[in-house]
Amino acid sequence: MFPALIPLIPFVSALLLMLGWKRLSRIAVTVIGCGSIGLSAFVAVLIAIQFAAGGEQAIVQHAGNWVEAGGFKTGFDLRMDALSVVFVGVITIVGFLIHVYASGYMHEEPDYARFFACMNLFVGAMLTLVMADNLLLLYFGWEGVGLCSYLLIGFWYKDPANNYAARKAFIVTRVGDTAMAIALFMLFQFTGTLRIPEILQSSTHIWSKGDPVITWIALLLLGGAVGKSAQLPLQTWLPDAMAGPTPVSALIHAATMVTAGVYLIARTHTLFELAPDAQITTAVIGAITLVLAGFSALVQTDIKRVLAYSTVSQIGYMFLALGCGAWSAAVFHFVTHAFFKALLFMAAGAVIVALHHEQDLFKMGGLKKQLKGIYWVFLVGCASLAAIPFVTAGFYSKDQIIWLSLSAAGGHTAFWLAALLGALLTGMYTFRLFFLVFYGDLKTHVHHRPGNSMMIPLYILALLSTIAGFIELPHTLGHVTLFSNWLLPVLPAVSVLHDSVAMEWTSQALSAVLALSGIGVAYAWVVWRPKGMSDFLEMPALLWLRGFWSRGWDFDKLYNILLVYPFVYLSRMNKKDLIDKLYTSLAALMQWCHNVLARTQSGLLRWYILGVVLGAVAILSVLIWRIYI
Amino acid sequence: MNVHPTTAGMLLAGVLFVLGLISILVRRDIIFMLLSVEVMLNAAGLAFVVASSHWGTADGQVMFIFILAMAAAEVSVGLALILQLYHQLKTLDSDEAAKMNG
Repeated sequence: MFPALIPLIPFVSALLLMLGWKRLSRIAVTVIGCGSIGLSAFVAVLIAIQFAAGGEQAIVQHAGNWVEAGGFKTGFDLRMDALSVVFVGVITIVGFLIHVYASGYMHEEPDYARFFACMNLFVGAMLTLVMADNLLLLYFGWEGVGLCSYLLIGFWYKDPANNYAARKAFIVTRVGDTAMAIALFMLFQFTGTLRIPEILQSSTHIWSKGDPVITWIALLLLGGAVGKSAQLPLQTWLPDAMAGPTPVSALIHAATMVTAGVYLIARTHTLFELAPDAQITTAVIGAITLVLAGFSALVQTDIKRVLAYSTVSQIGYMFLALGCGAWSAAVFHFVTHAFFKALLFMAAGAVIVALHHEQDLFKMGGLKKQLKGIYWVFLVGCASLAAIPFVTAGFYSKDQIIWLSLSAAGGHTAFWLAALLGALLTGMYTFRLFFLVFYGDLKTHVHHRPGNSMMIPLYILALLSTIAGFIELPHTLGHVTLFSNWLLPVLPAVSVLHDSVAMEWTSQALSAVLALSGIGVAYAWVVWRPKGMSDFLEMPALLWLRGFWSRGWDFDKLYNILLVYPFVYLSRMNKKDLIDKLYTSLAALMQWCHNVLARTQSGLLRWYILGVVLGAVAILSVLIWRIYI
Repeated sequence: MNVHPTTAGMLLAGVLFVLGLISILVRRDIIFMLLSVEVMLNAAGLAFVVASSHWGTADGQVMFIFILAMAAAEVSVGLALILQLYHQLKTLDSDEAAKMNG
């Protein structure tokens, strides 16, 4: 089996769908679109088994040369190691489920083939990203997913707002991508190669710990990760990216693409270990983002925007874990998050379709009886997101991060407190969403019940959102380390400083209590005493704060003032081309001279004679002056 | 006052030339302008004659005959132009003919 097949199959099917645009029937599109991802997942599983059985460090395939210029040589080298296997597995399996769901969700869409072409292209690019053995190929995948994200956010291109959101996502992530490109240049200059294993190996010889060069490289890589993963200060694009179809939000903007930043940092973790400043920055960014996004999620009225902010917040947890040196905890949270967030997005999509494309939370309600199946899967997803103890995958992954943010070598009490606050907020916003949708009075007529193609992926993901947690249990609860052991060849184990069982219990209990009390607050807020709570929330100061949070802490406004307005002002000033002014003024000067001289041509004979006389007098005077004086 | 004849002749030529020049500048009647040109030409001819008598050669006289011939040709062309001007504009005022301006 060749690893190259895994990304190649989606690429080929994307090509087929693009070429067969109008000619293929809907069934053919569905079979090609979903089947390719399924096949890819099947190959991925086979290779994973081969890899696990083989016991090698990695399976590397050289699938062809790409660039050969002078001393620089790079090829399409694909690598399957423990980390790639995890990512490839999640991308192909969750991707397949989302594709199946999408075949039902996009059923009435006229541009059915274009949708699946873009989705397959995305999966191919994402797989290239996580399987790349050199950073150039990784960057290729990185830009590929950015392109597909753009194409799919603006999928319904007839609405200008969608195009605006697509452009915003593209441009904002481009900021991070530029930083990452510079990091790649620097890495190549100092190490002379772009192959990831070689870079990681030679980096420890080239740089000492805390060297300014490696700190800059790590910070620039972090910049790329921050842009792609919608972390502070480049988080503004993700909530707007919800303009795309819901399967897109589930696949690209929740499960896979936005976690590319996590993958990048985990992949280059050696560089971050050499640059403690950059690593602390990662943790700080994660901690701040998870809290800010949590507050924003709390006050959104659009069901998808709640989930978008929640995604930002959960990726904040992953960054926090990376910053603390808890590499495998971050990847573990990525896995569980991919399951339960894809589940939540797709369940939300089912609700949206059932209510005839209604996304406003306050126009929903009382759907518990109407949409029985969705109610249960939604509950599982919400429980996992809010990290309800013992039974959900989210609990085990998030709890690990919360505990390690205190106890790991890179941890700090402030990180721990931020993570705990995040746990409280997560409980609140998740179940506010849940109660608003399923409890209270029925407000909108249910016109369409999701079919099997939509429901079966949801059931599978609900199952995964629950059992995926049991592959990694904390010391206090069973002590299973299947997942971190699996990643051990690639990602070093976290060094725990305060290894105390009592403290771990305390941390777990606190986070559980906070998550549950968050749910309690949400229950009181939405179901138990909606009247009293809304009176309380109508207070002017709170009203302003709610607006402030729901606008995402006014980051858009800040960037408009700092960047957009000056840029627009400059370009408006330069509308008539500043450089061109020089040449037009030169022409105007010539024109003016012409006018002055033309006036001397009066047509009056006597003036001309006078001119001749004055000229003769002048010449004669000069001659006389030259001769006699 | 005893003035050398050459100096006197040259002074006369100069005075005649300046008179012609002034009158061509101040006159608007085109016939008078043509006359002034003739005066200036004759002033130049006089200067040639005086100079040749001063050096005792005949070159100046020859030049004067050239000038005379040229003046005759010039007058014929000039009069033809004046006639045309009068036909076109019904006036002899040279300022009226200022149509060709920038």
